[in-house]
Amino acid sequence: MPTATISGPDRAAPGRGFGFARQIRLIGAGLLVPLLGLVVWTVGARAGWVPPQILPAPDVVWDTALDLWQSGDLFANALISLQRVILGFAAGATLGLLLGTAMGLSKPFEAYAHVLFTALAQVPALGWIPLVMLLVGIGEPLKLIIIAVGTLVPVAWNTRAGIRAVPLGWFEAASLWRYSRAQVVWYIVLPAAVPQIFVGLRYGLGHAWLALVVVELLASSEGLGYLLVWGRQMFQLDVVIATMAVIGVIGFTLDAALAAIERRLQRWQVADQ
Amino acid sequence: MDLRGLVPVAVLLVGWEAVSRSGLTDPRIVPPLEGLLGLLRVEVAQQSLLANLAASVVRDLTGFAIGASIGVAGGVLLGLSPLASVLLRPSFDVFRQIALFAWIPLIAMWFGIGEASKIVFVALAAFTPTLINTVEGTRSASLRLVEVGTLLRYRRWQMLHAIYLPAALPSILTGVHLALIQSWLATIGAEYFMTAGPGIGTLIIEGRDRFQMGQTVLGMILIGVVGFLLNRIARAAEHWLLRWRVA
Repeated sequence: MPTATISGPDRAAPGRGFGFARQIRLIGAGLLVPLLGLVVWTVGARAGWVPPQILPAPDVVWDTALDLWQSGDLFANALISLQRVILGFAAGATLGLLLGTAMGLSKPFEAYAHVLFTALAQVPALGWIPLVMLLVGIGEPLKLIIIAVGTLVPVAWNTRAGIRAVPLGWFEAASLWRYSRAQVVWYIVLPAAVPQIFVGLRYGLGHAWLALVVVELLASSEGLGYLLVWGRQMFQLDVVIATMAVIGVIGFTLDAALAAIERRLQRWQVADQ
Repeated sequence: MDLRGLVPVAVLLVGWEAVSRSGLTDPRIVPPLEGLLGLLRVEVAQQSLLANLAASVVRDLTGFAIGASIGVAGGVLLGLSPLASVLLRPSFDVFRQIALFAWIPLIAMWFGIGEASKIVFVALAAFTPTLINTVEGTRSASLRLVEVGTLLRYRRWQMLHAIYLPAALPSILTGVHLALIQSWLATIGAEYFMTAGPGIGTLIIEGRDRFQMGQTVLGMILIGVVGFLLNRIARAAEHWLLRWRVA
């Protein structure tokens, strides 16, 4: 695989030159369209083509974002959302890992669990919200459960698939060395399944973030999703847009962080080949 | 089929029935199973269930068709034109970081809470995965085939038709498949937030508002069943369209 990541010349990149100068040119070209959009947006808002309830001017959005930041509102709400997502993700990922490991390792467990799990997995986290609301109300448990459900399914699927893909010969080798069952899992199965497990974790985190936004939009009195709802109800699109930007940044950062951990954990693999 | 798989299902159903019969819980929250069946029969007889289901599926497929078409067209453009890619790809990559459902308030402000908003939102959900995968696909056309095309003095559209699109097809179909799943999710989400008009999402939310667990569970089952069927249909279509590849 490492050869695949060292890609050849990028066919999408025109222009001569290498390295720094070319990078700058590419970034400049990439900024062209957003800048143009910004200009049209500013001019349009100034000239009153669209009412501010439909699209506030960029500087208004910027000022609102700064206000929200300085008043601590944005930070406080983002923190609440992050806390929820981390707790829910941790719970869902733990359960998913356990369930996926059990299904991957034990044929009988798989035989029992498969049908029910597959059936339940057909309903997306989003679909569980009203049911869980009826059962536990709209408090904090609702958010955690929905985020955990969103995380659990991809983590469990991928963990199971990763374990299933471990070559049988490795188990034979392990039994030659008289590894205990725990040792087999810890030293052989888990390391071999790590790439696939991480695929599941990254999907899981993506789903968790999405589930958080949905559940906060639907039932919350704090958090980024609530800020979106509030902005909409107040007809303050500047708040909505600023919050969307924060949601984008956090979503991106979460994924990038997990990708960095993934690369770190998989370094031994590259050396191996 | 392995019957052991049915054991937990049976345990769940029996447990549900036992809890419901025990009288410890509110029958609206844990309705007996025969109540659920009765509800299903009533809903089917009144055709309200079918109307809701049809509304959701039509909404889903309309938005999906619009979004996926734009996604494929945009993907071919970004995949084949280096200029378009350099100009537009960074903006696209920034926008797609925003969690899908975070668009709902903005879209609702712009398009109202009627049908238009929902379809725009579903189309947005279908657009992103199709575009990404179409770009990947068109770029994966082998250089040799492209050279052959150049040698044969293919025109632009001939190149597209005979070389790029067949090479990109597997990847495009992956994108379309993902889009189908995403847009079903988006349909339900849109119906949660923009409750005007019939739909499965509306049905579920209504069930919650009226404390009718039966209605909510019925809606959930339908979400699962439709999602499962869409997935199956997409997989079958993929198989069929790619059958030439097996050889």
